[in-house]
Amino acid sequence: MPAKYTIHTQQTQPRFYPVGKYATIEFTENCAGSCKECVKKKCVYDIFKNNYMHMHRMEDPEYLYTCNSCFRCIQECTKGIFSRVINPEYREIGDDYWTPEVLNRTWYQAHTGSIPVSGAGYRGPFSGKGFDAMWTDMSEIVRPTRDGIHGREYINTCIELSRRPAQLAFHPDGSLASEKLPILEIPLPILFCQPDFGILSKNVRISMLEAAKTINTKMFIPAAQVTPDLAPFGRTIIPLVTKSNYPKYTGLIAGCDMVEIAYEPGVEEKFFQLRAMKKDLFISCGLPLTAQLDYAQIAVVLARAGVDTIHVYADTHGREKESETPRFIKEMLRDIHLALVADNIRQQVNLLATGGISMAEHVNKAIICGADGVAIDLPILIALECRLCHRCEDGLSCPVKMESIDPDYGSQRIVNLMGAWRNQILEMLGAMGLREARRLRGEVGRSMWFEDLEEQNFGPLFGKRKTDIG
Amino acid sequence: MQQLQKQLPETIETPSRFRNTIGKYMVKRNSNCSACGQCAELCPHGVHRKPENHSLPFRPVEHNCIGFSCKKTDHFCIDACPEKALTLKKNPLLDTMGDYRWTPEMLLGHFAMAETGHLPHVPLEYNLGNSGGGFDKIRFVHPDPGAAIDIRDEEMDTSIELNKTGDGRPERRISIPCYGGGMSYGSTALSVIVGRARAARRLNSLTCTGEGGYPPEFLPYKEHVITQVATGLFGVREETIQNCPVMEFKYAQGAKPGLGGHLLGEKVTEAVAKMRETVVGSSLFSPFPFHSVYSVEDHKKHVDWMKEINTNVLCSIKVATPTDVDMVAVGAYYAGAHIIHIDGSYGGTGAAPDIAKKNIAMPIEYAIPKVHGFLTEEGVRDKITLIASGGIRNGMDVAKAIALGADGCVIGTADLVAVECVRCGNCESGRGCARGIATTDPELGGMVEEAWVEQRLVNMYMAWRKQWCDILRTYGLKSIKELRGRSDLLVHLDYLEAEQRQTYQPAPDYKMVL
Repeated sequence: MPAKYTIHTQQTQPRFYPVGKYATIEFTENCAGSCKECVKKKCVYDIFKNNYMHMHRMEDPEYLYTCNSCFRCIQECTKGIFSRVINPEYREIGDDYWTPEVLNRTWYQAHTGSIPVSGAGYRGPFSGKGFDAMWTDMSEIVRPTRDGIHGREYINTCIELSRRPAQLAFHPDGSLASEKLPILEIPLPILFCQPDFGILSKNVRISMLEAAKTINTKMFIPAAQVTPDLAPFGRTIIPLVTKSNYPKYTGLIAGCDMVEIAYEPGVEEKFFQLRAMKKDLFISCGLPLTAQLDYAQIAVVLARAGVDTIHVYADTHGREKESETPRFIKEMLRDIHLALVADNIRQQVNLLATGGISMAEHVNKAIICGADGVAIDLPILIALECRLCHRCEDGLSCPVKMESIDPDYGSQRIVNLMGAWRNQILEMLGAMGLREARRLRGEVGRSMWFEDLEEQNFGPLFGKRKTDIG
Repeated sequence: MQQLQKQLPETIETPSRFRNTIGKYMVKRNSNCSACGQCAELCPHGVHRKPENHSLPFRPVEHNCIGFSCKKTDHFCIDACPEKALTLKKNPLLDTMGDYRWTPEMLLGHFAMAETGHLPHVPLEYNLGNSGGGFDKIRFVHPDPGAAIDIRDEEMDTSIELNKTGDGRPERRISIPCYGGGMSYGSTALSVIVGRARAARRLNSLTCTGEGGYPPEFLPYKEHVITQVATGLFGVREETIQNCPVMEFKYAQGAKPGLGGHLLGEKVTEAVAKMRETVVGSSLFSPFPFHSVYSVEDHKKHVDWMKEINTNVLCSIKVATPTDVDMVAVGAYYAGAHIIHIDGSYGGTGAAPDIAKKNIAMPIEYAIPKVHGFLTEEGVRDKITLIASGGIRNGMDVAKAIALGADGCVIGTADLVAVECVRCGNCESGRGCARGIATTDPELGGMVEEAWVEQRLVNMYMAWRKQWCDILRTYGLKSIKELRGRSDLLVHLDYLEAEQRQTYQPAPDYKMVL
């Protein structure tokens, strides 16, 4: 039996204290001073323990941000001197899609390599927009997987990036008559993309590439930015080229397994030339999901032209680009997937999605909508403690000194995040009773959508819905 | 009717365990106070107290303050204070409490009910969460004034039957349409789970062992304790099956459907290991699914086995809420179950992966009408008891679940909130719950006493009962059983025309920081 694919995580402490949710307020002027019942000494989480050291260094005490929200100090202090508020800085980080909670949970996973676990049930809204309007199914009794998440058997998370033949042909003696096409496979349905912003110093990019190499995935980087110091990561890199500039990167492409050429009309004519640069080169075509493009039909054209993988790009919130009424990536993926299915070519080509993938659950949901896998950008930046403050875009200093990150440290943080994400992907696949991530592709039957559940279960009771969904 | 009245347990004032309670409002007294005691004389809500032998008043009992609505009365302490020593403001601490499902006011409302046994006198929204869907958008329809009846709470029937099969087994009836969900020995403090059993006896209801074995402390209350048989079979023995009036086969649970259970090694103390017949400090997995059940025939074999071991036991089948939950429910019926218990995805008390709680399986609001409708179409609805759980937070949710088609509900989180859980969610970390509820740590577990838990729960359910009686009276019903499946008494705000929608209480809709 071959060895199981495992992502080795290890605790990797943050370099800077993560922005915590709560700020503890202490009205010290009312403190009794020598109270034997001092709640600080009794804190179950010991968050007050090292306070004096910070005061000595004139730094904020850590307990301002480490509160675990048990309320005991507030409720037990004999003088009632404790209160707390939401940390104003916490409210400010991220935006309405990359919420403070998403950032905070991503930092936690990059730190620990563990999946977020909590008690007392679910805390969020009933449903929401985009991926939050989907639930995944589970199998109650009968299903093929048994204890997958507890390590007793395999759930395969591999995906292919290489093209597959429409069918196989055989000789009369049963031997294979079809040409054996080369196979490019990665062990989890996640690739990395170099983010569009951030302090992308040499150390940062090495951190990302080292992590990609460690977990056997690949990373998309603009060819012009593949500097000689990234040479050791040759096969991990998927250089991004254009129809006009690809001849400049012959050497680079020769050292890679795959190249991505940006979509523009007539790009398919270049696939042949690209393959001529290296035998068995795999080709991805980067297709922006802009409102002006008929991306579903373009995907069909690209697939017919022999591309291995179609890589679609929504914006960082998963929205259609250049649109006043943008669609969400979930609907766009459905359209593309179904167009490929309708053209009877879906099985031959692969579909990758970038944009709006901020949590592990989005990977499975994007696959259910029709992708083979995803390529993520911001989560790997956040794993390196980025706060999405965008100060770097204005030329200001980075609050977490991203530029000086140690690549070994940085790569382990990203590996941890991917370890935690993969475990969550396995949790969902296990619950759905699936042994393979590939079996999930386009399987909307293993999901439940808000609008369907409302119509099927509330429709008979309450009639027709009068408000817009989402 | 007199018999029913007799069954109602007594509510007794049961204050918080903590010195400083949390209120919706903050009332502060500054140093201008001359200790005249006028505030204590004025306030009918007990916010101010100044015992005769004390020179100064006690610190205000803020959680009793009704806030600015008091301004219209003749006992508004802020204006009445001759020294202007009192100030009133909304408590900013509430911004840091609760979440979309259990809002801060819902938490405070339940603390108040558990303390007093009455619905809160402070203006708190404890019936609706801020989730923006499901129960939070469902309302009882405007009543026909002529339909209301005038009977006392004591004459109302809030009982439900657990055995409708007519199979000769006991016709068990519980006095409220709720019983306690499984919380295992090992995940929850012994004093809490035994306190729940004591409350179940007083309320003539049930509680459930969870999958943690059957501690001997349950034996005095065994007529009110369900033995759960889950996939790890921890603590399941012949005698624990023979002890129980109802036995629950847990196929899945809503908080982690399809994932099984996991008790962290830190919580497997010597006592827990002994109870579960395992090794101290070793993490315990309950696999998913049952390794002895691959088909509905295997499932029937399980039910038959249970019935053979205890010839009086009723069988409950607990399942999560996948797409085919209706088929599963019918399968459970034909296999001989008395109760089908569907557990929606938004509930759960113990630790579970966040990804599972949010994403896997459907919310209970959808599953109830789906199962109720399918059982009805199959012609077996009146032969099985349908119990719903997983996101049933308050008395009004229970009533809505019943009107959607359930017979009753299983409650977990609200029980914990009644004993002052603040839903910080750290049940699994370190020594466990800092408030002494979900922990096996001897020091923390000692923070809670059984008798206190018992009375707080009795109080909360008696307060809920008042709400159910109000609803029944309003619609001219005398029994909660008459409410089952009366979805015609419900409206959903999103299915009303704008004009009609405005006549109902709007769904809370404010941004929270999670």
